[in-house]
Amino acid sequence: MVTGLINANPIIYEKKQRQQRSTQSLQGDEYTVEPIDHLEVFDILFANFHFCFAFTFIGYRDIKDPEHPYSLEELKVITEEAVEVNDQNSYVRVTFTPTVEHCSMATIIGLCLRVKLLRSLPSRYKVDIRVAPGSHATEAAVNKQLNDKERVAAALENPNLVDMVDECLAPSYE
Amino acid sequence: MAETTQLTRHIESYVDSSSTPTHQVASLDAIGVLIKTNALTLEALVRELDMYLTSTDAVIRSRGILLLAEVLTRIQSKPLNSETIHSLVGFFKEKMVDWKAVRGAILGCLALIRRKSVVGMVTGSDAKAIARSFLQNLQVQSLGQYDRKICFELLDYLLEHHADTVASLEEDLIFGTCEAIDLEKDPECLMFAFHIVDSLARLYPDPSGPLASFARDLFDILAPYFPIHFTHPTSGDTHVQRDDLSRTLMSAFSSTPLFEPFVIPLLLEKLSSSLQSAKIDSLKYLRVCSSKYGAERIAKYAGDIWSALKDTLYTYLGEPAFSSTLASIDGIDFPKDEIVIEALSLLQQLVVQNSGQLVTLIVDDEDVNFIINTIASYEMYDTISVQEKKKLHAIGRILYITAKTSIPSCNALFQSLFLRMMDNLGFSVSNVDGLQSGGIFDSQRVKFGFLYICIELLAGCRELVILSEEKQGTYCTILHSFSNVLFNAFGSVLAVSADRCPFDPDIYIGVKGLQILAMFHLDVFPIPKSTFENILKKFMSIIIDDFNKTVLWNATLKALFHIGSFVQNISESEKAMSYRSFVVDKTMELLSLHDIALPFSLKVEALSDIGMTGMKNMLTILQGLEGTVFANLSEACRNLTSSEIAVQLLECYSCKLLPWVNENGGAEEFVVQFAVEIWSQAGNSMDSNAPSEEKGLLDAMMKAMKVSVGCCSVESQNVIIQKAYSMLSTHTSFQLNDVERLPLTFGKYDISPRDEGILLLFTSVIIALRPKTHIPNIRGLLHLFILTLLRGVVPVAQALGSMFNKLISKSSVVEKSGELTLEEALDVIFNTKIVFSCNNMLQRCNGSSNGSEMALTDLCLSITNDRSLQTNAICGLSWIGKGLLLRGHEKIKDITMIFIECLISDTKISLPLIEGSHENNEEQKWDPLARKCAAEAFHVLMSDAEVCLNKKFHATIRPLYKQRFFSSMMPIFQQLISRSDSSLSRCLLLRAFAHVMSDTPLIVILNEAKKLIPILLDCLSMLTKDIQDKDILYGLLLVLSGMLTEKNGQEAVIENAHIIINCLIKLVDYPHKTLVRETAIQCLVALSELPHARIYPLRTQVLRALPKCLDDTKRSVRHEAVKCRQAWASIASSRSIRF
Repeated sequence: MVTGLINANPIIYEKKQRQQRSTQSLQGDEYTVEPIDHLEVFDILFANFHFCFAFTFIGYRDIKDPEHPYSLEELKVITEEAVEVNDQNSYVRVTFTPTVEHCSMATIIGLCLRVKLLRSLPSRYKVDIRVAPGSHATEAAVNKQLNDKERVAAALENPNLVDMVDECLAPSYE
Repeated sequence: MAETTQLTRHIESYVDSSSTPTHQVASLDAIGVLIKTNALTLEALVRELDMYLTSTDAVIRSRGILLLAEVLTRIQSKPLNSETIHSLVGFFKEKMVDWKAVRGAILGCLALIRRKSVVGMVTGSDAKAIARSFLQNLQVQSLGQYDRKICFELLDYLLEHHADTVASLEEDLIFGTCEAIDLEKDPECLMFAFHIVDSLARLYPDPSGPLASFARDLFDILAPYFPIHFTHPTSGDTHVQRDDLSRTLMSAFSSTPLFEPFVIPLLLEKLSSSLQSAKIDSLKYLRVCSSKYGAERIAKYAGDIWSALKDTLYTYLGEPAFSSTLASIDGIDFPKDEIVIEALSLLQQLVVQNSGQLVTLIVDDEDVNFIINTIASYEMYDTISVQEKKKLHAIGRILYITAKTSIPSCNALFQSLFLRMMDNLGFSVSNVDGLQSGGIFDSQRVKFGFLYICIELLAGCRELVILSEEKQGTYCTILHSFSNVLFNAFGSVLAVSADRCPFDPDIYIGVKGLQILAMFHLDVFPIPKSTFENILKKFMSIIIDDFNKTVLWNATLKALFHIGSFVQNISESEKAMSYRSFVVDKTMELLSLHDIALPFSLKVEALSDIGMTGMKNMLTILQGLEGTVFANLSEACRNLTSSEIAVQLLECYSCKLLPWVNENGGAEEFVVQFAVEIWSQAGNSMDSNAPSEEKGLLDAMMKAMKVSVGCCSVESQNVIIQKAYSMLSTHTSFQLNDVERLPLTFGKYDISPRDEGILLLFTSVIIALRPKTHIPNIRGLLHLFILTLLRGVVPVAQALGSMFNKLISKSSVVEKSGELTLEEALDVIFNTKIVFSCNNMLQRCNGSSNGSEMALTDLCLSITNDRSLQTNAICGLSWIGKGLLLRGHEKIKDITMIFIECLISDTKISLPLIEGSHENNEEQKWDPLARKCAAEAFHVLMSDAEVCLNKKFHATIRPLYKQRFFSSMMPIFQQLISRSDSSLSRCLLLRAFAHVMSDTPLIVILNEAKKLIPILLDCLSMLTKDIQDKDILYGLLLVLSGMLTEKNGQEAVIENAHIIINCLIKLVDYPHKTLVRETAIQCLVALSELPHARIYPLRTQVLRALPKCLDDTKRSVRHEAVKCRQAWASIASSRSIRF
């Protein structure tokens, strides 16, 4: 196993100010429907669970390295704009951008995203996870692997992998 | 002899290291008492201790010495002669050599030296001897924490109270002190150590004295502590806080000017640190040190400090709040930031101290000049770049502080910067006269930056005028000559035209500038009266015309309000006069002008805001309001618009003006007069035949009446109630005087809408009365109320409740005053028969009544043809019950029993608590609606009412009445619910109890959690059936969630975890209230914290229920569901993708 860091000095971006929802739900409209939108999915991924800071670092023991407390949001692996939601057709597409082209953690990031969404969205949703075009050396392979449900299911039968995913998804209670 | 053996025993027990600490303390206390009561002399004790004090065994010796020292500590207040003290000092001083017994020696010295002169104190030479021995013999840093602490205490005390004698030790003392405090780490010891340095510096103030050569060393010891930083902020046993330490260190730093060459560079260096606390401390220390070191010494650092300050302000000054809602009256509002506040107060200190130097620095500063020179390019706020905005804000603040600090600095700023700024903009002193008269200001030439800087300067200047004695100055003259230019400049920003629509900050700046201009103190100087009046005119024209520019309009009104309060407060005759004529009177006129476009609601808003500027203005406004209200009231029945106007004005009167009047006092006569006037008008305005349209007006009148009466004194209330009563008896068909003599007859008169209106208005008077107010003809009113109550007039029931709450009870009546007592009134309720004219109305009734007459309370339990009669009776009784409950009267028991009987009337349980329960109930057909009404009665009883029976309306409220009621009702309900065999009555009982529970304070509920949970869950599942119960359902769910989160309730929760979860799972998709779903899911999250073994079996059930919440229609619910799912999924041992 490689012990060094793939990207030891990642660029850290300032967290973007969350855009406020324009209308707060009022008492009067008890029965109006608030459809799931991209902000909400983004919140699912980040607001509740400030997850997995150290994806750019390899080696399981480094995952919660307190020296590098960065979230995927701060590393701009995922941005608000990269989440596409269509509530009517029950479809979500998340596009993420690995920090370096050869990031071997890309599949793990993708897997975590998928598991998180499977657990948090209604079952009617189809989830599509993609690497941003041109951001990864083996883009096509990664995309194929992430969206193949047999391979995802198989991955999640690997206890080591499941543990790792769970650890990444554990709430950090900021 | 006996005493001697006792003493020996005490000594033995103290010296013996194997006895427990409590024992040791007890024997010490005992010896202390012996000496204090003169049963034992000190000499005798010393003799007795002799062998312990001189023993060769170090342990025994040290304990012995410690014993003597501790005893001395305990007899601080007992007089001792000087020889004794001298010899004791000699003894302890010698013992400092003995390092094994050093604690006793120090403690002994400390005890002796703390003695007051009246009981014999240590002499100067003895003190010096102690100090010398201390310095020669003690290695403080090698001692333990407690020993170090008492060492420092001793040294501190010596320096503080024997300064003169120890001062002669000079270098020894300084060197010894340095050695003692070097590398100290304990916070408590440090508090003393810092203070010692402070005292030491005060001891040798001479700049060429003995301290001078040690200053560097002493400072090197202190420097590492700055800035104070605790790594363990809340350690349990030390009571020293960071702030205390920081303050003591600060006084040590600033103690002597000798430290200056070391301190200031250190502070300046630390100011550039990124640690927030270091920055704040540096600024604070700099301020204190500069004031202590004096202007001369600081002068050489002024430049450095200035640039550091400027940088700090650039970085930390936030974006100003350009909003009129929280506008303060001075300067521009910035978010509060501790660093900024400290930086500005440092600046102020420097301006006071090194005035000339600082002003030169500011005036010549390149950033300041840059801003002044480029001001012309800032046309609007939004066009300024972020960096320049920051500079502008910071420079603005600096100018504000400088201007407000002293007259010379203000003069200098005006002479240089202000004039230069004016020159840049094309107004020089030479052509100012031309502008003055012309007064035309091209709006294209308005520059935001210029106005901004002006505001800060003006605000500073204004405060200077308020604070300083001397009112004249160069700045005043300059301001005076430019006042018109400034007025035009600010005014032109506000000019709204089709092609120019200013942004919010620009509007803010314009309004604020005019406001500050208007708020200068003197009438003629520096701002002339004519300018003041022009400003008011300008504002009023905005109020009248620009109502569709909401931001501008609101800001203007706020500014007018501030100006108004200002001129009122300082009682400036001329300005106050102008304000009254230009603003107050103008606003009054608005009310009667119908042809202007300003919407009426805005007129009312302006009216109330202007009124609240001062009592005098308020009275004027109130008078005008009164006139308009009554003019419209008399029109109301014919004209719908007048009715609407009256409603708005009355609303404004009761919601805004009256609370203000109430708070500020002094207008009671007006309030009374107004209330009486409403009564006089009441007759006319009730004539209309369209009650639906009148409803709003009547409500507004009732509210105004209620609030007015509520804030009056007893005397005024008497006046109002007399008037009201005379109206009620003369203008209605109620025969109040006959009603007492004749039997109560239901259906005797039909109530006309007009009568009902007057009656309702009357009830609102009754509701708001104070307990002491005299109500005329109570008995008559009582009868009238009972009869109208049965017609379903709810306010009447509330009035009855208020009456019962406030009536004096028999026991407290001293003399026979002829007033109805509470007991008599209750007798009316419970026993006076009501005659029903048509017999067939009552099918049957219980007890002895013959079917055509019965008391009000019996009515609740009878069967009638007219279902509304019974519900009305129950409703009325519930308000009466509430009145009684609040004052804690025992009759409430009887009333609740009536309700309970209603609830269970179809079950065969005989209630042991009620006497004479009826035997032949089972064949009766009870109206379920009436029974539901009885359940709702518990809601009335327990909830806090807005409309009556509260503090505002002078209700008598017994403390903890809810708790008492709950504890008395709980066993009854518990028993009844468990024994009830009919589903309907069980439902009703649960519903009633749900009302009781949801309004009881949680703390009481928690004590009974174990018994309550099953009932509570039954209630919850019962309430899900009807959509109308959603509010009570939510209330009850909150009780449950309270139990889940509080420690006390958890035990009961653990026992019932599975049924609670079953119940909550049913609630997570309750369709009618989002909050119910949200809370239910939150409860589930709380449950996931319970012991693993208890909840593990339930996890599949919960996880299966949650997916449907993930697809909820509401975002907040989905949000909670995601959290809940995560919480429960992590319980599962082997997780799979599904969970």
